[in-house]
Amino acid sequence: MLRRRWVGASSSTSPKATSHAVAAIASYRKARNRLPGLAVPKSTTPTTKLPLTFPGQLAQSTVRGYATQKQATAYIHGKEPYDVEKVRHDFPILKRIINGKPLAYLDSAATTQKPRDVIDELTRFYNEYNANVHRGVYKISEEATAAYEEARAKIARLINASSPSEIIFVRGTTEAINLVAQSWGRTNIGLGDGIILTEMEHHSNIVPWQLLAKERGAHLKYVGLTDDGHLIHDDFRLHLESGGIKLVTMTHVSNVLGTINPVREYVREAHKQGCPVLVDAAQSVPHIPVDVRDLDCDFLAFSGHKMCGPTGIGVLFAKKTQLEEMPPYHGGGEMIREVHLYESTWKDSPYKFEAGTTNIAGAIGLGKAVDYVSELGLRNIQGHERELTEYAHDRLGKVKGIRIYGPENPGTKAGVISFNLGDVHAHDMATLLDEDGIAVRSGHHCAQPLMERLGVSSTTRASVYVYNNEEEIDRLAESVKRAGRIFKI
Amino acid sequence: MSSIYSEIILDYYRYPRNKGSLPRAQIHARDTNPLCGDVVEMQLELDERNIVKDVKFNGQGCAISQASASMLTELVKGKTVDDVRKISKEDVLSLIGGQLTAVRLKCALLSLKVLKTGVYDYIGSTDATKEEPSIL
Repeated sequence: MLRRRWVGASSSTSPKATSHAVAAIASYRKARNRLPGLAVPKSTTPTTKLPLTFPGQLAQSTVRGYATQKQATAYIHGKEPYDVEKVRHDFPILKRIINGKPLAYLDSAATTQKPRDVIDELTRFYNEYNANVHRGVYKISEEATAAYEEARAKIARLINASSPSEIIFVRGTTEAINLVAQSWGRTNIGLGDGIILTEMEHHSNIVPWQLLAKERGAHLKYVGLTDDGHLIHDDFRLHLESGGIKLVTMTHVSNVLGTINPVREYVREAHKQGCPVLVDAAQSVPHIPVDVRDLDCDFLAFSGHKMCGPTGIGVLFAKKTQLEEMPPYHGGGEMIREVHLYESTWKDSPYKFEAGTTNIAGAIGLGKAVDYVSELGLRNIQGHERELTEYAHDRLGKVKGIRIYGPENPGTKAGVISFNLGDVHAHDMATLLDEDGIAVRSGHHCAQPLMERLGVSSTTRASVYVYNNEEEIDRLAESVKRAGRIFKI
Repeated sequence: MSSIYSEIILDYYRYPRNKGSLPRAQIHARDTNPLCGDVVEMQLELDERNIVKDVKFNGQGCAISQASASMLTELVKGKTVDDVRKISKEDVLSLIGGQLTAVRLKCALLSLKVLKTGVYDYIGSTDATKEEPSIL
C-alpha cells in the first residue's frame, strides 16, 4: 500500500507551505500581464528599470548593473524570480534582535533555520498523532506510520531514488557514513585494501574510515587539492589505478570552500574499476538539485537539519543491491523478522537498518522540510545562493587585507565563503561580527586536514541559504571592515 | 555595544610582553583549546626562595588568548609559587576587562589553566583539577 502511494502520489505539500511562493508567483504573473512591453527579445539588453514589485531585489540588482538583464532573461526562459523577502517571513527566528541588531544568520552550512511549517508540523505531531510507528493497530499509530513513510517517499522523490526502500533514516550524515563503514565496510574491506578519500573531507568522512582501516588493516589514500580548492583529478586516477581500491568516499560540496566536486565523473571512473562510491551530500542536497540515479553513486548521506529540518534526523541512500548484501548495523526491535534464543532473521531494507524506535517526529519534520525546499525549487535556491555568493565575493573582495579561500569564480561554487582578514584570528572576527548581530562560523570547520592544506589554523566562514539577502551581505562586509579598523589592518 | 577588543588587548596581541622560552625553567606546561585551536605554553624560572625570577609564554591563537597569556606573565613575575597558585580567574578577567561570552571565556582563561597545571605539577599536588578554572 505504501509502495502504491509512492508510485502514484502527486506531491502532497500543504497549502500553507507554499502560500508565500505561490503568492510571489501570482503577483509576478499579474505584474507581467499588466506589462506586455516586458517581453524583451532575447538579443536586446533592456536599459529601462523594470517596474516590478520586488523592491529589495530590484533596487540592489539595478545598482549592480547586470541583473536587469538577468531578470529579463529569466522572464524569457519562464523562470520565476526568487522573492527572498517573502521567504524570510516563513522563518520566525529572523525576527530576533541580537545585540541591538536584527539577526543576520550566515551559518547555514552548520545548521539552517526552520520555517514555520516544519516547526508547526512537529507540534502537530506531538499534539495530535504521536504514536510509535509500524506497531500499533490503532488510528493514531496508523497516522504516524503513514506520515513517517510518506516522509521517506518524499525524500526518495527529492533525490530521485528508485524506491523509498533505498532511504534509511539515521541521525545525520555522520551516522549514515558510520553505518556504511561498519556494515558494508567490515564486510567488504580487508587486509591491504585501499579506500580513496579527498583532502577536503569533513571529519565525519575521515574518522569512520580511519577506524575501519585500523581494524581491517586497510589503508587510506587522499586526493589532493589545487591552491584554489579543486580536486587534483590525476591524483584520483593514480590512486584508482594503483589497485586494491575497494571504496571511494568523497564530499559533493566542500563545507569550507564551497567547491562543487564533479562527483558524476568520479563515480563513472570508479565504477570502471568495479569500485563503489559514497557521496557526502550534507552540503549539496539542501542547496542544489541532486539526482542519485544521474550521479549513479552507491551511497549518499545527508542531514535534515542542514535543509530546514529538525536536528537528529538524516538520510542514508544506498542502492538496493548494496543494501541487500549488507548486514544490520544495530540490532534490536523493529529490524527483525523472527527472533529466537540463539539467532534471528532480519526484515528487508530499510527496516533492517532502523533498529529501535527511530526519530519519528524528526522524520516527519524532515518530510515537511522537503516539501518546503521542493516548493521553492532547488534550481531557484541554487540560483539565489549563487547570486548572493557572487555579491559576497564582490563586496568582501574589496575589503583591504582579506583573503577568500577556495574557487576564485563564485559562479562555480556553493554558497560558502571562507576568509581571513590580515592577522585577525577567526574567533576574534566572529566575536566582532556577533557584536553586530551577525552569526558566522569560525574555526577549523571539522576539516583539520583541509586547514593544514590551506596553511591556516582557522577561517571565518559565512554561508548562505534560502532566507539570506543582499542587505545581510552588506552588513557582513561593513562589519568585517570594522574589524579591520579595530585591528588596524 | 562596547567591544571586548580594547586598545590594551590589541596592544598585548600585537606586541606581546614576555613571549619566548626559558631553557632553565623549572615550571613548564602547555595546553590547547581544541575549540579554537589556541595554544599556550608557560615557562617559569624560580629562585631559591621559590619566587618567580622570570617568566615567558609562547603560543598562537586569538587575540584574547594571547593577550591574556602575556598579561598573566606580568602578573606572576616576582610572586612566590604559592601566590601564583592563588591567582583566580577573576584576577585574569579583570586584567582583560569587558564582557566575554561563555565560549570566549575559555580563550581568556587558557593561560591561567596552563599556569596552574605547571604550578601544581611543580608542587607535586595531585588535585590540580580542584583549582582548574571552572569555565562553563
